[in-house]
This record gives sequence, structure tokens and C-alpha cells, in this order.
Amino acid sequence: MVSEFRIRTETESNMAKQSGSNKSRLYVPEPPFRPGDTPDYSHISVPAAHSPVRPDPLCDADETRDHATSLIRVMRFNGETQGDWVPGISPEIKRTALRDIALTRAMDERMFTMQRQGKMSFYMKSTGEEAVSVGHSLALQDTDMIFPTYRQQGILINRGASMKEMMCQCLSNSGDPLDGKSIPVLYSFKKHGFFSISGNLGTQLIQGVGWAMASAYKNSDEIASVFTGEGATAEGDFHYALNFASTYRAPCIINVVNNQWAISSFQGIAAGEGETFAARGTGYGLATLRVDGNDVLAVYAATEWAAERARRGGGATLIEHFTYRKSGHSTSDDPSKYRPESEPDVWPFGDPLERLKTHLILIGEWDEERHVELLESCKKQVRETYKSAEAMGNLSGETRVNDFTMFEQVYEHALPHLDEQKRMFAQERD
Amino acid sequence: MPQMNMIEAIRDALDVKMSQDSDVLVFGEDVGYFGGVFRATAGLQETHGLHRCFDTPISEGGIVGIAIGMAANGLRPVAEIQFADYIYPAYDQIASEAARLRYRSNGDFTAPITIRTPVGGGIYGGTTHSQSPEALFTHIAGLKTIIPSNPYDAKGMLIDAIEDNDPVLFLEPKRLYNGPFYGDPHAPAKTWRGHELGEVPSGHYTVPIGEARKISKGGDVTILAYGTMVWVAQKVAEDMGLEADILDLRSLLPLDIEAIEKSVKKTGRCVILHEATRTSGFGAELAAQVQERCFYALEAPIQRVTGWDTPYPHAQEWAYFPGPKRVGNALRSVMEG
Repeated sequence: MVSEFRIRTETESNMAKQSGSNKSRLYVPEPPFRPGDTPDYSHISVPAAHSPVRPDPLCDADETRDHATSLIRVMRFNGETQGDWVPGISPEIKRTALRDIALTRAMDERMFTMQRQGKMSFYMKSTGEEAVSVGHSLALQDTDMIFPTYRQQGILINRGASMKEMMCQCLSNSGDPLDGKSIPVLYSFKKHGFFSISGNLGTQLIQGVGWAMASAYKNSDEIASVFTGEGATAEGDFHYALNFASTYRAPCIINVVNNQWAISSFQGIAAGEGETFAARGTGYGLATLRVDGNDVLAVYAATEWAAERARRGGGATLIEHFTYRKSGHSTSDDPSKYRPESEPDVWPFGDPLERLKTHLILIGEWDEERHVELLESCKKQVRETYKSAEAMGNLSGETRVNDFTMFEQVYEHALPHLDEQKRMFAQERD
Repeated sequence: MPQMNMIEAIRDALDVKMSQDSDVLVFGEDVGYFGGVFRATAGLQETHGLHRCFDTPISEGGIVGIAIGMAANGLRPVAEIQFADYIYPAYDQIASEAARLRYRSNGDFTAPITIRTPVGGGIYGGTTHSQSPEALFTHIAGLKTIIPSNPYDAKGMLIDAIEDNDPVLFLEPKRLYNGPFYGDPHAPAKTWRGHELGEVPSGHYTVPIGEARKISKGGDVTILAYGTMVWVAQKVAEDMGLEADILDLRSLLPLDIEAIEKSVKKTGRCVILHEATRTSGFGAELAAQVQERCFYALEAPIQRVTGWDTPYPHAQEWAYFPGPKRVGNALRSVMEG
């Protein structure tokens, strides 16, 4: 239950002691631990054997009310699976998930390092929460349109996007499909059902709902899946999305990736500490699921349920993926300034890669040796791909992007005033 | 030739496009069964079905947000914002999303949406039903902003907007819905009946975005106007006996700067009219471009006639409105200069 994740802070206790005719005092929530503290999450009882039941995907939304405050888990830490939500997927697919998580992580590592070497302006890792993207993607059809945030690169990896193109986008070089127009990580891959990422947070939630409405209007089988971090649920766009999804029964999945941190603000700032993010959907009459985001099988199961519900006309589901952002928000961030450095290690839900590995070994479909080989081959693939990507230019040398392309794609056809400015720029260059 | 007022012309444009193209959907607050507070969508739901013309929650950001997503999925949504004064919750979706989607995805995704919204004063709408926010949108790269001044243009421009592959903001001067308005609120109201521009062909035609309408061909002074002010300009110039060269800009972005340049170089004098507030208004952009191109042809300083830099007041509506007296003073000043 949510209360298990809530800690009564000192400020709160002090408040209770205050007296006077007006008992209300301004309350500003604070995370339980700050730099210098020894983080201790032993009070959080990780639900082991009491995953909520799996209702029929076309059930009344009200039947998922409790799912908004409990936590769907499939894998125990010892690798055993249990409960209603164990997905019927083959060891082959599980190994695909393992590979995609490992590959995403390896790519993130490499790109982070290269940013530090000045090869690109910026990068954002998804370390610790790769299972959300990979598990989600595996349970969808490739034609379902994802409206991602900047930490869903695992979806592109799973859908087989060209890693070289992704890297070239980050390097803003001559191989960048976006011609250097967007900052690193803000990918656009229509051919992989991956919508252009906006740097303005939350805006794409309602667009994804509109996309899904259009899909329903066209009697298409495709659904939309939209993403936000927990921080941007505070934007009005989140409310628009839930409201419109409910009103028009849009065939979509609304995902809140609760990785505990929005840059330096802990999740209590976005939402207060009283309720889960999944519970935001209850008031809108949406189906709501809350899932252990570090459990790739649970993410798969929740997604599969929500996708079936959407495709069969049951409308939208709000899924909160409960996870943890192990790295900084971006290369411009230093998490040691606002949270204990050891917090990622003591976070009680484990690591998604390790947990899946443990499960696969337990069922006899994996071993340590193969795991080492996998990690090595991911590293090698990333290294070689990066090398060929960097050969097309980078920010510390020559990006080799044609500057004149900045005047393109503002409109479908160039307008006279832009043509004129292009001529002015050409003169400036002469 | 059918006679239509501006509302009917807009409705006819929507009907033509909805009949031709099942990808065209129309939605907004009260636009469905009821047909919109100004009746611009009356009957469309009955004709084309609940799925094609429907009501939305009171949520401008949501309305434009779903329009973007629908457009990205191949539809041609036409969203109504009930009053331009209510458009600000949608500003992020328009400025950061619709206008930039093509650019930031390098053409991978596009948002061919049309947003219709009534602008301008003259109906005692006060601060929240009278605004002219066009300059907030002409500042946005990736967006087109257009404003008709009569039924004929309204239909042709709206059809062109719906067919355009870029997002278009279609501003409707609400004071002109029922007839031309010459600036005197006490004069008997005129309707479009019998007016040449109230003759609206049935079926499909377009008035291309980007072309100004040349109203008169006088050589005394160039008047740049759009929306309601087009009619005020005509009346004042006529009353003053001026041979004015009046341009109804119609399309603010893209702007028909060639027509403007040609006219000002001919007349050597330029007066710019708009109803919106003065500071950083679209008139400032026009004045800048005119002086850049026509400085040596100018016989007098460029004059701007605008609303005051206040919110649009209620009781003082006509004290705020840049009516015939303010326009006349500017014309006299520029003719003397």
C-alpha cells in the first residue's frame, strides 16, 4: 500500500506541535534522505506474495481501484515467479528482454562517457528503469504508436531502430536523421512507431490520446501508448489526457514512470505524499494499474492487459511504473547534490537486469557464462557502432551538418521571408 | 450566386471539406449538437454524424492537443476555440508543439491542423471576449496566421487552411460575422445581404494564404489593415475624399510584403491599422518592414492606429476601439507630413 512508501518527516511532526487559532502551517514536503544521510528503506515492505488479482481486461474500471494502490509483481528477488500476472512468454522472449535491457544500458554508458569527452552537448541515461521501456515494448505491436519521454530509448532498442542513427542524432552529425535540429535523445522514428520527443514535458500525453481517438475513428487496430515521468504529471496536459481519454474512451495506455526523482525534486513535490500516481486515474474512471517497474515480466503483463483492454474497446488504462532513476537526470545534473550517493544501491526493488538474469538462471534458461558473454557482446556492438557513428562528425570536431538545413522543415514549402533570410545568411557566410 | 454572411460562409467551408474528405473532423466547446455559440458549426453534426463534429470538454489545451495527435495520425482536424481570449491555455500546444513538430522531427511528423477562433471587439465582450492576440502567434515560426474580413474570403481561406499541410490559425473578426462594420456603433447595422463580398460561390474554391486583397488603387496613401479595421479604413478614406490604396492583408504570416512594398513605393505614405494593443503589436512588424524596404520613398513618418495598451474595457469599448476619429487623425497627419 502507498502508506508503506511514506515516511513521516520531521517537519510534519513539528507541525503537529504548533498551536494557535490557525492550525494550518505551510507544509513543504521533503524527501526522507539528503546527502550525508544514510538512506534506510527497510520500513518499505516490498510486497512479495500478495500481487493483486488479474481481472478480466474488459472489467469495469472500478475493479482496478485497488490496483492503483497496490503493486503488481511477478518475479521475487530469488527469481521465482508467482501470482495471477505471470505472463505466458517463452524463454526466448525473456532472453530478448535481457539483451535489450543490457544493450540499452551499454549504449547509455558509452554515450554518457562520450558526452563527458565533449563529443555531444548532452545525454540522458535510463539506467535502472530500462525494464519499463523494454517490457512495455515487448507487449505491444510494432505498429502501436509510442509517445515517449526522453527515457524510453529501450523501446527503440527493442523495436530494432538503428543504433547508429540514434547515436548520430545525439552527435548531431551528418548521419543525424534530424539534421541537427534537436538536442540529443529527442529522437523521432516514425518508422518504428516512436513519436518525435518534445522537450516540453507532458505535452505529448494529450497528443497521444488524440492519436488514439483518430485510430478509433478510422477503425484501426492500432493503439497509442503515452509516457510521462511522475514529475510532469503535475502539468495540466496530464489532466487533459486523462480527461479526454476517459470522455472519448480512447484506445491508449497512459504510462507514468515514477522513478522517484524529477531532476532534484522527489516524487512528493509533484503529487504530495498522500496517494499514488496510479490513483490519479481512479477519479477519471480509467482502469488503473501500479506495477513494479524493475520487474520486466510484471511490466509486460500489465502492458499486455492494458493493450488488450484498449484494443477490445475498453478504453484507456493508467499504469504507474514504480522504479528508480539510478543516474542523474542528465549529463547536466549531479545527483550527489540532493540525494545520498548510496541511495540507488539501497533502493529496495533491486536492479531490473539482475532480477531478470536471476529468474532466467533459476528456470535453467541462462547461466553466468552466457551472461558475461552477453554483456561483452553488447559492449562490443555499442563500441563499434559508436565508432562508425562518430566518423560522421561530432560536436568537439566538425558536426558536418549543413547549416543551411536550419531553414528547412519550418513549413512544408519555404515561405518568402525565410527564403530571404536564407539569402542573408548566405551573404553572412561569404 | 448564394448570399451568405460570414458565419454561413465558414459553415459552408466546413461542410464542403467534410463532404469531400472523411479525414476532416470538427470539434470544440459546444460545437456539436448545439452548433457553436456563434452557430458556425450548426447542422454539421446532423449532416456528417456524431463522429465528425462533436463537443469537447472545456479544455483549450486538450482541444489543440488532440488535434495535433489526430493530425499526426493522418486526419485533418478543425478545432474551434470559442473565443480567442480563451486560447492561452492552448498556447503551449500551439507554439511549442503544433508549430514545431515538423521542424523538430525534420519532417518525420507533421501537424496539419486548423484552429478557428473569433477575435476582436465590438460586441461589448469586455476584457475576456474582445481580444486580438494575433501578434502572439505571428511571432511563432512554423505557424500560419490568417484573418478574413468578409464572407467570400472566409470560405476560400478556410478551405485553403484545411488543405494546408502546416498548422493554421484562422482568426474570425466577430464584429463582421453579420455584416461589414464601418466604425460607428450608433449607425444602423449593415448586413452582408446585397454586398458583393457576401456573394459566396457554392462548392469548393480557395483564396490562397499569403496574398493580400487590393481594395482600392488610389495614389494618396497606403492603408494596411486586416479584419474589422479594413471596413473602418474604407469608410474614413472615402469620407475624407482620399484616393487611398487600401490593402486587406488577410494573411499576416506569410505576409504579402511585395504588395505592401509596391503600394508604399507608389504612395510614399503609410498608415497601419489594428484593433490589438499597440506595443509589440503586429503594426510594429509592419512598420519595421515598410521602413526597411521603402525608407527612401516615404514622404512622412509611418503612422500606427491601434487599440490602447490596456485590456479591452467593457463600458469604454468605443473609447478603446480605434474608430474613425483616430484613423482620420492619423490619415490627416500622414498627408500633412
